[in-house]
Amino acid sequence: MVDVPGWGGNLAGQHLDLRLTAPDGYTAVRSYSIASAGPGDRVELAVDKFPDGEVSPYLVDDIQKGDELELRGPLGGWFVWKPEQTESVQLIGGGSGVVPLIAMVRSHAASGSTAPFRLLYSVRTPQDVFFADELRALAESSPYFDLNFVYTRAVPANWPSKPGRISREILEASTYPASISPAVFVCGPTGFVESVANILVALGHEPTSVKTERFGGK
Amino acid sequence: MMPRHVDGNALAGPLSDLFAFDVTCASGRCVGCGDVTVLARAMVYEDEMGFVARCHLCDSMLLTVVRTADGAWLDLQGISGLHVAL
Ligand SMILES: Cc1cc2nc3c(=O)[nH]c(=O)nc-3n(C[C@H](O)[C@H](O)[C@H](O)COP(=O)(O)OP(=O)(O)OC[C@H]3O[C@@H](n4cnc5c(N)ncnc54)[C@H](O)[C@@H]3O)c2cc1C
Ligand SMILES: [Zn+2]
Repeated sequence: MVDVPGWGGNLAGQHLDLRLTAPDGYTAVRSYSIASAGPGDRVELAVDKFPDGEVSPYLVDDIQKGDELELRGPLGGWFVWKPEQTESVQLIGGGSGVVPLIAMVRSHAASGSTAPFRLLYSVRTPQDVFFADELRALAESSPYFDLNFVYTRAVPANWPSKPGRISREILEASTYPASISPAVFVCGPTGFVESVANILVALGHEPTSVKTERFGGK
Repeated sequence: MMPRHVDGNALAGPLSDLFAFDVTCASGRCVGCGDVTVLARAMVYEDEMGFVARCHLCDSMLLTVVRTADGAWLDLQGISGLHVAL
């Protein structure tokens, strides 16, 4: 949670750029999606740690309550969902790529939208799920939101399948079909986004209805 | 640093210094293949010098942003037109 005086709110799916400056003046800028949406001056972020990374270990391990950060935003008006959109929405997130999608799910719930929403969340293990309780509660309480998981390293007890990556079969079984022309948002590590987007197009989705946000990496 | 490949969404911050509107939502025509797409769909590579954005279809260079001591040098060599929704 970051309090940003004068932030004034953001759309679901936007990001911010965060700049860290070392005592010797060296600076590093990284983008982070915003998990929160709507008005207000409090911004929620969720960061995955890359142990050999320059910025993420500081954000996950070292940052203290009360520390000041330099940030710029809200940024990006394309990878966003607005409550006035009425078409079905399929969200597909890999790892921390779920963060902007969480903002969309929250905005969907807060606005009372009746657009059908579905989230397919690919994650290493059950312990790595961001906002697990909130997502499950929303999926149980809302007739307009469906939640599906794919576990890539370890599955929960009694899970029907082995860990594995998102495949064509999983996308066919757990996402809206191209025939209902959903708006699709895919976000995560670059390799994840590219393989999912390619399968979606092969399954008949219009390339223009599939929006992507690549987080970097392989 | 490794060349990091993300997409045009990541240009929203760096280009907000140069433009008063969100350029990532503007549609550019690629000189290489003629495709007209929002800049948010470009492939973006970053290094210490700045950014290169390439066409998501034909990989031609669309634009470069090179940081200089007192600002930034923007070269739109691969975009033959930009449509901005007003
Ligand atoms: C628009 C946008 C939004 C983003 N939102 C978030 C977010 O909400 N939460 C979040 O945790 N991250 C997010 N990222 C990724 C984030 O900006 C950083 O890339 C990430 O935190 C790693 O930074 P670092 O300085 O720790 O690692 P670096 O020092 O940059 O890199 C360390 C090593 O990790 C590898 N690496 C870097 N990023 C990734 C990646 N995403 N996947 C796999 N390998 C990688 C590098 O290739 C390198 O080998 C976003 C990126 C973009 C472009
Ligand atoms: Zn092109």
